[in-house]
Amino acid sequence: MPPLDDLPATRLAAAGSGQWTSPPARGETRSTCCYCGVGCGVIIETSLGADGTPAISGVRGDPDHPANRGRLCSKGSTLALTASAAIASQVRAGEPELRRVRGAARAPVDWDEALDFASTRLLEIVRAHGPDAIAFYVSGQLLTEDYYIFNKFAKGLLGTNNIDTNSRLCMSSAVAGYKQSFGADAVPCCYEDLDHAATVFIAGANPAFAHPVLYQRLRSARQNNPAQKVIVVDPRRTDSAEEADLFLQIRPGADVWLFHGMLKVILQEGLADPGYIARHTVGFTALQDLLAGLSMDEICAACELPLAQIEEAARAFACGPTLSLWCQGLNQSAAGTDKNTALFNLHLATGQIGRAGAGPLSLTGQPNAMGGREVGGMANLLPAHRDLDNPLDRQEIARFWGVPGLPARPGKTAVEMFEAIRTGEIRAVWIVCTNPAHSLPDQRAVHEALARAELVIVQDAYRDTATAPYADLLLPATSWGEKEGTVTNSDRTISRVRAAQPGFGRARHDWQIALACAQRMETALRPGLATLFPYADPEDIWNEHRATTRGRDLDIGGLDYAILERAGPQQWPYPAGAHEGQRRLYEDGVFATADGRARFTAPAPRPPAEPADRRHPIALTSGRLRDQWHGMSRTGTLARSFAHAPSPVIELAPGDAHRLAVAPGELVHVTGRLGSQLLPAAIAPGLKPGCAFVAMHWSDAHVSGRARGGHVHGPNELFAGALDPLSKQPELKHTAVKVLKAHLAWHWHACAWIEPDRMLDIQQQLRAEFKRFSYAHCVPFGRERVGLEWRAADDYPAPPDVLERILTRLGLNQAQVLSYQDARRGQSRRVRVSDERITGFSVAGDARAAGWLRAYLEAGLPITFAKRRLLAPGATPPAETLAPSRILCNCAGVPEAVITAHVSKWLECPVTEGANEGPGPPEQTIMASLRGELRCGAQCGSCIPELRRLIRAARSQVPSEAGS
Amino acid sequence: MSRERLVVVGNGMAGVRTLEELLRHDPDRYEISVFGAEPHPNYNRILLSPVLAGESTFDDIILNDFEWYADHGITLHCGRAVTSIDRARRVVIDAAGSATGYDRLILATGSLPIMLPIPGRELPGVLAYRDIADTQAMIEASRCHRHAAVIGGGLLGLEAACGLAARGMQVTVVHLAPWLMERQLDATAAQLLQQSLEARGLDFRLASNTQALLAGPDARVAAVQLADGSSVAADLVVMAIGIRPNTLLAEAAGLECARGIVVDDTLQTSDAHIYAVGECASHRGCCYGLVAPLVEQAAVLAEQLAGRGTLRYTGSVLSTKLKVTGIEVFSAGDFQTDPGADELVLADPEAGIYRKLVLREGRLVGACLYGDTGESSWYLELLRGEHAIAELRDELMFGRPEATAGEPPHAPEVARAAA
Repeated sequence: MPPLDDLPATRLAAAGSGQWTSPPARGETRSTCCYCGVGCGVIIETSLGADGTPAISGVRGDPDHPANRGRLCSKGSTLALTASAAIASQVRAGEPELRRVRGAARAPVDWDEALDFASTRLLEIVRAHGPDAIAFYVSGQLLTEDYYIFNKFAKGLLGTNNIDTNSRLCMSSAVAGYKQSFGADAVPCCYEDLDHAATVFIAGANPAFAHPVLYQRLRSARQNNPAQKVIVVDPRRTDSAEEADLFLQIRPGADVWLFHGMLKVILQEGLADPGYIARHTVGFTALQDLLAGLSMDEICAACELPLAQIEEAARAFACGPTLSLWCQGLNQSAAGTDKNTALFNLHLATGQIGRAGAGPLSLTGQPNAMGGREVGGMANLLPAHRDLDNPLDRQEIARFWGVPGLPARPGKTAVEMFEAIRTGEIRAVWIVCTNPAHSLPDQRAVHEALARAELVIVQDAYRDTATAPYADLLLPATSWGEKEGTVTNSDRTISRVRAAQPGFGRARHDWQIALACAQRMETALRPGLATLFPYADPEDIWNEHRATTRGRDLDIGGLDYAILERAGPQQWPYPAGAHEGQRRLYEDGVFATADGRARFTAPAPRPPAEPADRRHPIALTSGRLRDQWHGMSRTGTLARSFAHAPSPVIELAPGDAHRLAVAPGELVHVTGRLGSQLLPAAIAPGLKPGCAFVAMHWSDAHVSGRARGGHVHGPNELFAGALDPLSKQPELKHTAVKVLKAHLAWHWHACAWIEPDRMLDIQQQLRAEFKRFSYAHCVPFGRERVGLEWRAADDYPAPPDVLERILTRLGLNQAQVLSYQDARRGQSRRVRVSDERITGFSVAGDARAAGWLRAYLEAGLPITFAKRRLLAPGATPPAETLAPSRILCNCAGVPEAVITAHVSKWLECPVTEGANEGPGPPEQTIMASLRGELRCGAQCGSCIPELRRLIRAARSQVPSEAGS
Repeated sequence: MSRERLVVVGNGMAGVRTLEELLRHDPDRYEISVFGAEPHPNYNRILLSPVLAGESTFDDIILNDFEWYADHGITLHCGRAVTSIDRARRVVIDAAGSATGYDRLILATGSLPIMLPIPGRELPGVLAYRDIADTQAMIEASRCHRHAAVIGGGLLGLEAACGLAARGMQVTVVHLAPWLMERQLDATAAQLLQQSLEARGLDFRLASNTQALLAGPDARVAAVQLADGSSVAADLVVMAIGIRPNTLLAEAAGLECARGIVVDDTLQTSDAHIYAVGECASHRGCCYGLVAPLVEQAAVLAEQLAGRGTLRYTGSVLSTKLKVTGIEVFSAGDFQTDPGADELVLADPEAGIYRKLVLREGRLVGACLYGDTGESSWYLELLRGEHAIAELRDELMFGRPEATAGEPPHAPEVARAAA
């Protein structure tokens, strides 16, 4: 069978026509969103190009998909834009590239040469150093079929268990927790439980930003059931926390203390379910003993929470039905497994599991972390939830695959793998669809490892990731809208992923690439034997995967592609003969353990691996932005993704910022035990004092600066990433830093509109300049028009040649640009004006004018004064200007200032009947008007929590009428 | 007691300016006689260019008419050149042979245009550009001839070229240096100037050495032959390559001369009874060809002659303005810089604005402005006053702080747009 990208367009279109409920129209393809683990269904719209090839032209939520029912968030709804030809040509990997000598530039090669090189080099290394000298580092963004091939390639053909995935950074504590408490890695609940829950307990997650569609589902549930109580546990008053009925602003890392404390309250107040405990669990006594040794005073002090809040949370939890949601706040911790099982203890002790509206629902960060777990694509797993350390499991799979045996030696997990590369134990690494040079902790060690590896193969859809420069061989892969296969979302729902357009350039599907290399190697490793990889298409792989699941907890023996075509997405298990998937697990109280009983655990609370202390007094946590996803290799191609959070910052609590005498935008030194970096400060009123926050999306692709022995690799460099002993998930959510105001003499700020088909290329060129400065960042901005923002700072002015080169890239060095130069003092200002409007500027030295210049540029305000005043120093504009206002609603592009003005107008109206929330009409009325008139909050809804906060804030500023 | 006799040789701006100042201090001290070689009262030589361009008339540029001399009791010998000085007898001899005695003598003989020593310089149609007669001849030539070449792309040459172009001639400027007005502008400003003049139809041959002037069939000049072998058609050639101080009289009288007539800080020559002022004087090794030094020298000299003697002339900061309508150029002080000099540069290429300010040891020492010279007087003030400008540095380019503080910044732009 020819590769899919060689298929004629008609066949592609046919492959995409799902049959369940309403079939999509011509030129439409059902698939899923490639971002978070909610797993929303999308309908990809295509139009035929001049050559008759379909090209993605739009995307909308699939109204029939059970995960989202037509909704999409701000990220998902812009997917089609990220697939545009103008963007693809700048960022996608379109042909294999190879360098045979380290340090040389890679040159394009054809696929045969690339695959011959890969297989030859891997064979050489296997023969010289054994199979464990090779490692695969794959991704929760791969499809189940891709994953299956890589896993079989590593464990079945090469005989190494060194295959792990970025899900290790994301999910593995939940996996370990589920297995420890319930006996299997299975999410027992479903999304529908949001509608049935009386209490929704969210800990260490900000679904309003990271899982917006699920969060909107929660909002609808609350509208339908006003009695539903939402509790949020977080050190930050996130948008999710803002809307909660009860917000527990916990000290970072104290979650086990809190869960134990809640359980103590539940037991003391007789709110537990002794019957459930007796019938369905073991280990409760040990837990009781542990709890007896903890006093509530101790617990309150450890959590920095008042007793009353813990009690209120405990009562609501016990009352139920209670659904808990969590994400990296619990998982990315050296005590991640403990945090998970301590939460599960609460569910077990109160019987809040196995019924509608109750249970622990782990939120996944990636679209197919679950699928990866199902095929066993991790260093400690085998297909279909089998364990590597179980000899029977190994035997079963060896027999199934037709290989003599599987290696018993456990593979290296993500962090261990890169450490082994660094020490030379692993010599070759094949990295697929992930960006370890951004996402792993202790980035300096990771970069050192990649530089030291004998062979680095990077297989990716994007050519400019932080990892790509280390690749000796770059293999271009297809991406969203180009692939065929399946994914499993957070609630065990399996959906078909379908191609709507051919792959970019000469990119191939991930499974095809792995298969081609594996087949080359097996002729040498298994001469004369039948191939281990007899697959013509993803469906063949799927069917083999299904076969491995028979009789397992995740049995999908009955779920073939035909059913997925006919009946749409299905939850597992779906054994042969079933007619539908299973919504909830453990409804009968029988768990996946050998004796059918769930296990209470009794973890002693532990402090974070790097607790704050006198030298590093600030607890730094990391998290997600609303409109970006992970390393931004896709969302970051759209300028509009940056509108809501325009540039990298470290958020500080107001009191801490005041004490440090730091104003917003000023650079601070953030220094941890592993290193130090500069970041602009932002002041976040919702942050717990003593805590700081940085978004994990930033890497040296967007922000960096000189550092000892090289350059800064982004905030993850500050996180040492101590491993959870069981899950091996690194602690990426907590480190201790000190923050000091930076006193740099020379600042540089530039913004310029740039042609859309050049912007990302120029951004890429400018990345190379970061290391010339103490601090530098370069991020896109804009919407219909796009541009780049460049900011840098140093102790001294940039050399003229560097300045000129960067200005040239930004188009600010042309003959007609207004300029002011005071070289002696490092002052250089440029303003590009076209049609009496600023189209670009650069202010270096005294960069205070950047604020108003950018406001003029973005708003397209006409210049009404002598143009040379544009070059004047200082922060004061020559004429009155609007303060720059960030875009709050990204779908409709509405700035915050416009929304605030609209809300203010409403609040001037006389109080209407029944309004009891303060001045003005009820919130719903204002919201409806915002939706109707400004179109904000009317599409993806991701901005609704912020809109509501703005309304409340505006209300609190209006003096209420006397006596009312 | 009879009054002292003051004789002024030269009825130009320097001499008469000195008299004006002197009359202010002490109107009755001297019995004054003035000798002028041109048959005109004192006129503003600087404004010959607008006359050539047809923007003013000769009458417009008269500074002191005959009545003024009469009113102040000054004897004016108009059209009468002085031919020698008898220092022993303290008399000057004029072209008519009469002797006039003096107690104090001011030499204000100005300068002479430099003519290239090349074949053809005596041809009809070859002129200098110095006085009313030259201007008159150029205006007449423009009426019946088509092609003009101006040799010298300095201040005077460009004014001549623009004037002739305004009178409808096809003008080519032949210039030895690589850029125009190389002593008054830096290369960037000169480039802007050249573009602007080219837009008015002027042609330029830069870095070009003139070898000869060629005659046509009518024996009038017909072309300029350049060193590179090419030639430029020209039935009028104006030489504006520079001036030299007119020291003929002084040298003949045995006064110390070095390029100009050597004077001290009181403008006194090597003869205690004789002073020199203006373009003919050489002060501390400098001869000036511009109006501002002349005014400053006149003020010092007049004060000396009035018997006060408190002022000293210590040299001038030079500033230049090109008097071509619609082109604003200004330079002053030491603005030709090497790379690495402490300078501020502002450019608005679309508006044709360029400004360079040169600083040394915290003081403004040079300025070169093109396109918008609105701040030139302020810069001159700062240059001459040698103010420390550390506090002003960041605002220096953007105008006098108090001026911008009071008025809305867009007012001037609006006014220009409306004009």
